[in-house]
Amino acid sequence: MATTATTLDGIGAHPHVDAHHDSFVRRYIFSTDHKIIGIQFLLMSLFFLMIGGILAMFIRWQVGFPGKPIPGGGVLPETMAPGGIVLPEFYNSIVTMHGTFMVFFAIMPLLVGVFGNYLIPVKIGAPDMAFPRINMASFWMAVPAGFIMLAGFFVEGGHAAAGWTSYAPLSANPELTGVSTGQVLWSVSLIILGLSSILGSFNYITTIVNMRAPGMNWFRLPLSIWSLFITAILVLLAMPVLSGAIIMLLFDQTIGTHFFRPDTGGQPLLWQHLFWFFGHPEVYILILPGMGMASDIIANGARKPIFGYTSMVIAIMGIGFLGWGVWGHHMFMSGMNPTLGTGFMISTMLIAVPSAIKVFNWMGTIWRGNIQFHVPMLHSMAFVSMFVIGGLSGLFMASTPVDIFIHDTYFIVAHLHYVLFGGSLFAIFGAITYWYPKMFGRLMNPFWGKVHFILTMITFNLVFFPMHSLGSQGHMRRIYDPTQYEFLRDLQWVNEMISMAAFVLFASQFIFAANFILSWTKGERAGPNPWNDNGLEWSLPSPPPHGNFAVTPTVYRGPYEYSSPLVTEDFLPQDLKLEGNRESAAHAAGH
Amino acid sequence: MDQGSVMEAPVQAEPGAGVYNEKLGMWVFLASEVMFFTSLIGSYIILRFAHPEMWKGPGEVLNVALTAGNTFLLICSSVTMVKAFAAVQDGDQAGLRKWLIATTLIGATFVGVQIFEYMKLVEHGFVPSEGLYGSTFYTMTGFHGFHVTIGVICLIFVTMKAFQGKYTATDHRGVEVVGLYWHFVDLVWIILFTIVYLI
Amino acid sequence: MSWFLPPGASTFAGDIDWLYYMILIMTGIAFVVVEVGLIWFLFAYRNRPGRKALYYHGNNRAEVIWTSVTAIAVIATGLLSAGVWDDIKGRESVPAGAMMVGIRAQQFEWHFKYPGPDGQLGTADDDSTRNQLHIPVDTPIVAVMTSDDAIHSFFVPAFRIKQDAVPGMTIRVWFNATKAGKYEIACAELCGLGHYRMKAMVTVYAKDDYNRWLGDTSRRSASASESSSVAPRPVAMNHEGGSH
Repeated sequence: MATTATTLDGIGAHPHVDAHHDSFVRRYIFSTDHKIIGIQFLLMSLFFLMIGGILAMFIRWQVGFPGKPIPGGGVLPETMAPGGIVLPEFYNSIVTMHGTFMVFFAIMPLLVGVFGNYLIPVKIGAPDMAFPRINMASFWMAVPAGFIMLAGFFVEGGHAAAGWTSYAPLSANPELTGVSTGQVLWSVSLIILGLSSILGSFNYITTIVNMRAPGMNWFRLPLSIWSLFITAILVLLAMPVLSGAIIMLLFDQTIGTHFFRPDTGGQPLLWQHLFWFFGHPEVYILILPGMGMASDIIANGARKPIFGYTSMVIAIMGIGFLGWGVWGHHMFMSGMNPTLGTGFMISTMLIAVPSAIKVFNWMGTIWRGNIQFHVPMLHSMAFVSMFVIGGLSGLFMASTPVDIFIHDTYFIVAHLHYVLFGGSLFAIFGAITYWYPKMFGRLMNPFWGKVHFILTMITFNLVFFPMHSLGSQGHMRRIYDPTQYEFLRDLQWVNEMISMAAFVLFASQFIFAANFILSWTKGERAGPNPWNDNGLEWSLPSPPPHGNFAVTPTVYRGPYEYSSPLVTEDFLPQDLKLEGNRESAAHAAGH
Repeated sequence: MDQGSVMEAPVQAEPGAGVYNEKLGMWVFLASEVMFFTSLIGSYIILRFAHPEMWKGPGEVLNVALTAGNTFLLICSSVTMVKAFAAVQDGDQAGLRKWLIATTLIGATFVGVQIFEYMKLVEHGFVPSEGLYGSTFYTMTGFHGFHVTIGVICLIFVTMKAFQGKYTATDHRGVEVVGLYWHFVDLVWIILFTIVYLI
Repeated sequence: MSWFLPPGASTFAGDIDWLYYMILIMTGIAFVVVEVGLIWFLFAYRNRPGRKALYYHGNNRAEVIWTSVTAIAVIATGLLSAGVWDDIKGRESVPAGAMMVGIRAQQFEWHFKYPGPDGQLGTADDDSTRNQLHIPVDTPIVAVMTSDDAIHSFFVPAFRIKQDAVPGMTIRVWFNATKAGKYEIACAELCGLGHYRMKAMVTVYAKDDYNRWLGDTSRRSASASESSSVAPRPVAMNHEGGSH
């Protein structure tokens, strides 16, 4: 008996618009509705983004003003900052946890957990995810993982202090850091979070493959969905490798195994290979959905089709595929065979190409457009321009001889923040602002959106651009007190300036937070399609009902038919049926 | 509204993978499991090649005969699983229940024998902290055993549902999907048995 | 604040600095083209009453051109870099007859060992110093490195050398200092709470001065107290007397 694709009805998720009579708990706490789960991830991730930001403030206070007491820091325990002066061991924990929270509990869930969940069903015309209950489980596993990670601050010995990269044997041997329970909690938290991510990933893949509405063929998918699809494949295949590595680390820490302990045959480099085999696809996980959503927003803002849609898709696939072969570029100085280094250098150079294609195509999209500077468009243009800087700085470290000098310096810190903050976080700000009306039925305040954008854009560059210079002078990273080194003392004024800009950068985020919170109840009410976008979600009420589409939509065209000659408006929704055969002429023209 | 079986359908979505969601989902999930076991097994291979002297020969520490028997049992349980699936495809409810019980019991026995083997090894001083040999042995076989245990728990659920008559000739997704997982777990064991016990 | 590298003092500096500046120029041009292009487009194509966007889906020829240019530029950078990398880190590239020095990285100091009068490293007459490396100018030196505990990284900015010191591994790194003087050594891999103060000093002597240092018998004692910032080895989180 043939087993073929199921109907949308067949999976048991009937599109219906009638009110559910479930309890508050069932509807909003233990919900299986992808939209509610997406919002749950949003609230959780924004909380952890704030935690990551607070930790960054500690870092910048200490680096900018070493040995000076933090104003009000007297409230911190003696084990962390006696008299408000950060201890070196606490500093190492802060650096570790800033990276850990930002990567795993802020950026990754914001891109994958929030927008993967929220956008996929509504943008492909499905009533929900393929596995709604597994989706709920995915969120409710991330929450305890977050608690466990927070708990590490309160245990004896303090939190993990071996960097977010947790290199062994520093991380495996408590004697080397004085940290034992904290590192164990770090490991356990990430194992649980990894499982949460894996559950999400096969849900997303199954949904995108099997549940696209009629007419939504692969080359009519929005780039946000393409990027989330490739990202889900990366999560699926990379997270388990991290889980395996962390399990081995956990066993070294707790039951005395020898995976990474050299005195008994273990190999510290094995940890690095495993970690970065996961870690490099991870950084593409952290950027691809941002690229996809920025594409959607840029086409909308420019009122113009995406330039080179097919190459954009191929570039996403290229980045996803090539990303598996570059992990060794994090290990050029590690002591691994130098010939491997050369191989990884070549593969790393190559991966610049698909990213460059995307940048040129974004430029091609706004070329001869009719650009509306709504707040999401501002953030998306910032995304492109800042990502370019991050990408270009990557070329320096890709060159192995140059990396000899800049590895483990602030040049790397500059690069990673340009791609993760300048890239991912700006894309996230744009995406939150863009889909906020769909999620909550109200618009965020555009004036304060612009104020937040301008302040963030200026201070972000003041903080991170000078770090290229620090790195090119040899300023090492993860350094509690740079003034210990004579060659760094003349640069200390730069650190001070960066820190002051960082405090303003952090403060500016309260504008976004206030806008987010207040608009929930006081924002201007939004209709179904405030941005005049073509995607399927914009045909639904804001917010959409449980089950999304009362009638399964039929898709007639791609998502970027802006300024089409077939209609008078400058947009043309994917599911709008046009009379007569006007479309076939356009199709004959080759799109 | 009867659309016919959920395992085959007229197309109201774009043509997807050609298999129903649960089956596609399980295949995709198993890809992640391949990566997980590869990280453990790959690490073992790297560590062993670098220090072969830290391993004992086959049979010196581990009970190859007992585990070979256990391996045979696990392979049998894959056969009974196939028979369960074939039974429900033919609408044979009694056969389904019989073969599901067999699979579950054999699976549970496998886990039991492994636990017994671990106890004996620990008694003789072979523990996870016993060098690289112990570290890799317990981590690989332990996580495999953990996956088999999860499989047994799922089999219990599926068996219970079979007794409640929840599976029909036209809809037996749970049986097929748990079967896929079970065969995967068996395949991983065949690989592990070979490289851990026989080499 | 500058994009210029600090003065180099080794034979590697020429090649590495050249590569760095070449990449700086190449990325600088790309940066200007893209950012100016973006700003210009945002201005020129901004929404104005009566304006309509061009309904345009792409241009294959343009894509082929800019993709090829990018690919050629990055591959050329890679190929140019590969030769330099091989000369510096290649296992066959250590010059024959290079003077051997042993480096042991530890939490949180650097231990250096010299061959002593018999010219062999690892024999009874080896000299050792703590946090002070003494080498002659214009002489290839090969450092044989390991670590006693965590991973550290031996970084001398002026020499443009960096190499992780990994416990359980013995790794060679060679260099040739070209200017006499004193240069700082930093640890460039997070190694624990004292990572930030794991600094040492390398003194490069003119050839005659180096022989004088070698011949100075008072320096032959293994417990040379020439280290600058030595701190007690930390064990627990609450170690007394924070060291900053």
